[in-house]
Amino acid sequence: MTIQRARGDSGTPSDVVIDRLSLAFDEALLFEQFSAVFPCGQTSCLLGPSGIGKSTLLRAMAGLVRLKAGVVRDGMGHSLTGRIAYMDQSDLLLPWLTARENVGLGRRLRGAPHDAAGADRLLARVGLAGHEDKRPAALSGGMRQRVALARMLMEDRPIVLMDEPFSAVDALTRFRLQDLACEVLAGRTVVLVTHDPQEALRLGNRIFVMTGPPAQLDESPVPQGTTPRAPSGGDFPERYQDLMTRLGVGEPVTSP
Amino acid sequence: MKGLRLIVTLGGLIVLWQVVVWLSGAPPYLLPGPVETLSILVTRAGFIAGHAWVTLAEILIGLTLGTALGIASAVVIALFRPARRWLLPILVTSQAIPVFAIAPLLVLWLGYGMASKVGMATLIIYFPVASSFLDGLRRTDPRWIDLAHTMTGGAKARPLAVLRYVRIPAAMPALASGLRVAAAVAPIGAVVGEWVGSGAGLGYLMLQANARVQIDLMFAALITLATLAVGLYFTVDFVLRRIIHWQPDTLPHTDS
Repeated sequence: MTIQRARGDSGTPSDVVIDRLSLAFDEALLFEQFSAVFPCGQTSCLLGPSGIGKSTLLRAMAGLVRLKAGVVRDGMGHSLTGRIAYMDQSDLLLPWLTARENVGLGRRLRGAPHDAAGADRLLARVGLAGHEDKRPAALSGGMRQRVALARMLMEDRPIVLMDEPFSAVDALTRFRLQDLACEVLAGRTVVLVTHDPQEALRLGNRIFVMTGPPAQLDESPVPQGTTPRAPSGGDFPERYQDLMTRLGVGEPVTSP
Repeated sequence: MKGLRLIVTLGGLIVLWQVVVWLSGAPPYLLPGPVETLSILVTRAGFIAGHAWVTLAEILIGLTLGTALGIASAVVIALFRPARRWLLPILVTSQAIPVFAIAPLLVLWLGYGMASKVGMATLIIYFPVASSFLDGLRRTDPRWIDLAHTMTGGAKARPLAVLRYVRIPAAMPALASGLRVAAAVAPIGAVVGEWVGSGAGLGYLMLQANARVQIDLMFAALITLATLAVGLYFTVDFVLRRIIHWQPDTLPHTDS
């Protein structure tokens, strides 16, 4: 059975399957026969110490690094090329383009006609109505990250990879951006790399802790309730404690 | 404020000039004063303007050709790997040969007319433009390129679009630096060409006036040339600032 994708359709959401991936970075073998599944239509959060290869894994999924071995596919075994949107911790807005033009960058690069109305609609959706003609330099960090979010929505891809997307903004802005991201990314397969356990617990349908090298994933339970979760409600505090322990914080230090 | 500063600077230089004339007691056929020079500038304005026009035309055509060639070379070198290996050494060699040394050759090949001077100016402009633009094209933020690749669906997809919408605009500040240098050195190319052999132009006029000990005329030609060169530089600088207004100027702000 082939699934026809209508124009403007966000594409069929799908699992992201990583099958026996091997990958070295600067001579260090980060991944060896690494397999994982990030489930369809859900937000999977990826935590772990710096340098463990979280970002590299994301880049591998986005097709930005050469794999030594293994494949990254959807649940049906198809390639993910052209179905992925990527968001970095820095907004990566082009300083010479206005917010509207930045949102439309993907269409421009693909040679598609400019869709100013569509870009404006998405900018309004992320709360930036009235800022369409401003250049990144005239926007605050949080606003720029919103533009980046709108740009990603404009791409309308079923799979979204985010590398610490909100780490460069202040705590309050981050909280609001998490709510916004949760709302606008619903129904997509999201893999979110984060350093912030609270962010993972607020947004994740699944939470994975990465250890290694070579990398391994270890699933951590998520709090009850639907995302975005309030950081105080239900079993959030207990899950937070779980996760911190799993990340190696709060464990008693054993002397040899 | 800027205009006032310019007038003060110019006035100061002229006063200094007059003071030197008085103090040294140099005869007018060795060092004419500002008044004599100005009177020559006025009485022979049409004559000087005619020669200035020739030099200006040589500079402008050279600037256009050199810029076009430089930009084209940089783009070709940036786009095609083999071009890097073959063209880059040529680019460097083109600068290793002193323009002054090949000026007689150019006059021999291209004649006493404008062509040889345009050739000189083109040669002298080519290198700063090509090398600075190439530098800019090489140093595009790799994360922008990654983003563009996730948008186009892979590193191989639509390299020309990535060049046009990301690499080239990102390299504009570097190109601008090259163009400023080019605008500053372009008059040298034209005047050196005129010295070696010509029948018109400010360089020709200066040689002739010098040979006939019409030092006041020579000074008038020199001042005209300096005005041309400074005017050209500021015009180019002004236009470039307009084009790349998005680039932040991180020098501390002055009170102008």
